[in-house]
Amino acid sequence: MASVSVPATGGRGLLRRPTAITGFWSWFTTVDHKKIGIMYGVVAFFFFIIGGLEALLIRAQLAQPDSTLLNADEYNQIFTMHGLTMVFLFVMPMSSALFNYLIPLMIGARDVAFPRINAYSFWAFLFGGIFLYSSFLLGGAPNGGWFGYAPNSTTDPSIGMTFYAIGLLITGVASTTGAVNLAVTVINMRAPGMTLFRMPVFVWMGLVVQFLLVFSLPIITIALFQLLFDRRWDTAFFDPTRGGDPILWQHLFWLFGHPEVYILILPAFGIFSEVLPVFSRKPLFGYQFVVFSGIAIGFIGFGVWAHHMFAAGLGPVANTAFGVSTAIIAVPTGIKIFNWMGTMYGGDIRFTSAMLYSVGGVAMFVIGGLSGVTHAIVPSDYQQTDTYYIVAHFHYVLFGGAIFGIFSGFYYWWPKAFGRRLGEAAGKLQFWLLIIGFNLAFGPMHILGLQGMIRREYTYPETLGLTFWNQVSTVGAFLIALAVLMFIVNVIRTHLKPRAEIVEDPWDARTLEWMTSSPPPVHNFDEIPTVHSLDEFWHRKYVEDERTGRLVPAQAGASDAHDDPHGGGHAIHLPSPSYWPIVSSLGLPIIGYGVLYSWWLFGLGALIALVGFYGWAFEPSVAEE
Amino acid sequence: MRKKALWTLGLVAAGLLLAACAPNAGQDTLQPVGDVAKQQKDLFVPVFWVAVGVFVIVQGGILYIALRFRHRKGRDVMPRQTHGNTRLEIGWTIAPAVVLAVVMVPTVSLIWELARPPEDGALNITVEGYQWWWGFSYPDEDMVTDWDRPITIADTMVVPTGRDVYLSLEARGGGAQDANGDPDFQVIHSFWVPQLFGKQDVVPNRTNHIQFRVDEAGTYTGQCAEFCGLQHGRMKLEVVALDPAEWEAWVENQQTLAPRPTDPLARQGEELFLNPLSDGRGACTACHAVGDAGGAAAPNLSHFADPAHTCFAGCNWSTEDREALAAWLANPDAEKLGSKMPDYQLTDEEIDALVAYLYSLT
Repeated sequence: MASVSVPATGGRGLLRRPTAITGFWSWFTTVDHKKIGIMYGVVAFFFFIIGGLEALLIRAQLAQPDSTLLNADEYNQIFTMHGLTMVFLFVMPMSSALFNYLIPLMIGARDVAFPRINAYSFWAFLFGGIFLYSSFLLGGAPNGGWFGYAPNSTTDPSIGMTFYAIGLLITGVASTTGAVNLAVTVINMRAPGMTLFRMPVFVWMGLVVQFLLVFSLPIITIALFQLLFDRRWDTAFFDPTRGGDPILWQHLFWLFGHPEVYILILPAFGIFSEVLPVFSRKPLFGYQFVVFSGIAIGFIGFGVWAHHMFAAGLGPVANTAFGVSTAIIAVPTGIKIFNWMGTMYGGDIRFTSAMLYSVGGVAMFVIGGLSGVTHAIVPSDYQQTDTYYIVAHFHYVLFGGAIFGIFSGFYYWWPKAFGRRLGEAAGKLQFWLLIIGFNLAFGPMHILGLQGMIRREYTYPETLGLTFWNQVSTVGAFLIALAVLMFIVNVIRTHLKPRAEIVEDPWDARTLEWMTSSPPPVHNFDEIPTVHSLDEFWHRKYVEDERTGRLVPAQAGASDAHDDPHGGGHAIHLPSPSYWPIVSSLGLPIIGYGVLYSWWLFGLGALIALVGFYGWAFEPSVAEE
Repeated sequence: MRKKALWTLGLVAAGLLLAACAPNAGQDTLQPVGDVAKQQKDLFVPVFWVAVGVFVIVQGGILYIALRFRHRKGRDVMPRQTHGNTRLEIGWTIAPAVVLAVVMVPTVSLIWELARPPEDGALNITVEGYQWWWGFSYPDEDMVTDWDRPITIADTMVVPTGRDVYLSLEARGGGAQDANGDPDFQVIHSFWVPQLFGKQDVVPNRTNHIQFRVDEAGTYTGQCAEFCGLQHGRMKLEVVALDPAEWEAWVENQQTLAPRPTDPLARQGEELFLNPLSDGRGACTACHAVGDAGGAAAPNLSHFADPAHTCFAGCNWSTEDREALAAWLANPDAEKLGSKMPDYQLTDEEIDALVAYLYSLT
């Protein structure tokens, strides 16, 4: 592995420049997209466990009627934090983890476009998460649901929803900066020959997601500021007694909230589109259809928000329009499903853990997609909205789709990031346990919803006949927990064992990230590969027999498959580590506490952020030699 | 061996399905009684079967492909490298679009039908959402009480069978009033009685409507469906549908004041209810009304013991349960955390008297 030396002089900075690129402290100053990706992953997984424990509390409470395990106040905090955690602190940052780690490798870049902003995004996300969770110790966690409907969220007497507004503003800063960074990276940093339509679908979905973030986050930012001002300084944006409009919050929230659903699911679509071809040993069926349907989903996703509000009384014209647009968005989603099936059709399918998760994820997402179409049937949605039917639907989409996709990504790319394969036998066992537990947990919720069980109620009476399916669901939830525990054990066992094999290309993969060592060197590629086609790596390994359409291994030396592994490395300038991202992002939560408690604290936070930005601005991106 | 396993599986599945049809499924949307709920179910069921068809095709396809094309040991031939098939792909773009278009036709027509203006002769009811209970008042001219106010009840909504009912949904406060005299805690609720009609939100400063009819006399349960704060889970109601004759009698009873109690204990309770409590502990009538005496911030108790008033306090307890009422009066916050009903430190004797009084209000 080639090494990169980072010189040790401080130059013009305010602080002596950090120099370590290995060791514990290097993680705090790193600007390497791979290290940042791993940190995103570790922190997001930690929040996944917290959110999962909250889910278990919810299920334990609902395992019997008239339960008193949690009281109404505790339950409302737990279900709110479960939603916030899974959406904002797990699935979104876990997608950031995968995009961060993989996009530069998959497009043949040495790093992201703005490495220090990348670090800033991560630290802002971490501090935002800690800020949100500190509410448990400071008077009560958010308790108005992740959707935070005003005026309940503005009039609730506990401090929780103020934490909600500020916490989400902080993680919003993280997401916005991260999105701009990754979008610029994809647009500007591609290797020579990597045209847009030679990009892997995972990178395409990454690009679409970044645009969705850039356009939808400002909307929720405005809404959160209004909520914060209503709560903290008694403005009246949502106060009906002073001319405010409660429905305004719903429009703003869902105008963000629906694209958000695609922000959560499209990364999984990208993962399916990478994993299915590799393990079917066939190219993705209809690459352009898959890419364009993803883009279409991104666009139409901005035009369906009011299907969350069918019962709000927008009138028949609006309900008709949004019912139709909701039906329309099923079309590009359906295209993807069929194209994935077409990819597998006629293939030589190897059911590794990664493949199982992708196929299982597609199958589970289909169920969520079908129940989603029933929401477009507006009059019957009057019955189903705000019931467990909806809870079932979005867990099939976000757990069955997004989280199965994430696990598939873990098994597929683990050897890339760590040079070790996760245990395959344990992985398969975990898959079957998870898919059984998942269906037991969320399948019965369809029935519960149709039987009239509303969402967000902390208990239900025995007389409604809801007990049996709730108990089945609780059993399923604990099976899911067991499966997640198995995954953790698998990870630990994999890393305790001595590294036996060198895994460079364990899956016979197709894309650029596998053309460098595993784990990759700091500078990713000794020599940036020149791209000639979609699935570049695959085409360097195999050539298509024109006559039969079958592939045969490429002759050694027939292509430039082997870029000189020892050629470069020494003359590559990489961005140097920096203290400023962590310093400037540390200002954000302090400003947040200042809003809650004292202007002095607010000033201190602002000062820290300013000093951070000042130091950052005057620090050269690469330390002087 | 395999056959046996299949039998067991089949039995388990059948058992699960039976368990799904619980006998007392009082909020089951698939057992509708009201006209609107029936229309909504009749729209849902065919769409459900279309979805089942798609489910079987797609999941069957995935299973078939997974089994048929799985890697077999010893077969190391590279599969044909198909990159796509434009015709096929256009086909599976258009096919779902056609199915969806077909499904949307009855959908759109029912959206408009449910939004129609009130029928002639429909009974008007104003539904009031409070934190955390439902109030109902009857604004029609022939529904005025002897003390010149519309009939006003709480927790149960009483309707006649065989007549259209036109609901106007309004969000009210939560008991307390802010400095301007506006009701505090005006939040969004959603009014829902699954066996009669799908939900509509109850939004401050807006009036949404539901029009429905029920032909079978009976009691139907419902609850607030939009998260509205701490006790959202216990903001329930019951709809009591009465035959026309019983309805007439009910209206007449509601229009007149309940006779004054004769029982001394109940008389004592009346004293307590209508006058401020000793030691400045407050007054029941600050928020509750009986007849023309009292406030409107809490449930109207004029006919608390009327048989159609089947439940109380957000329909949390059956009105038959006297002990629940006593416990509720003794410590509202312990019975329903965060309730807007203050704890007036009532003594056991006072509670007994108040309970006796309330049960005299037939």
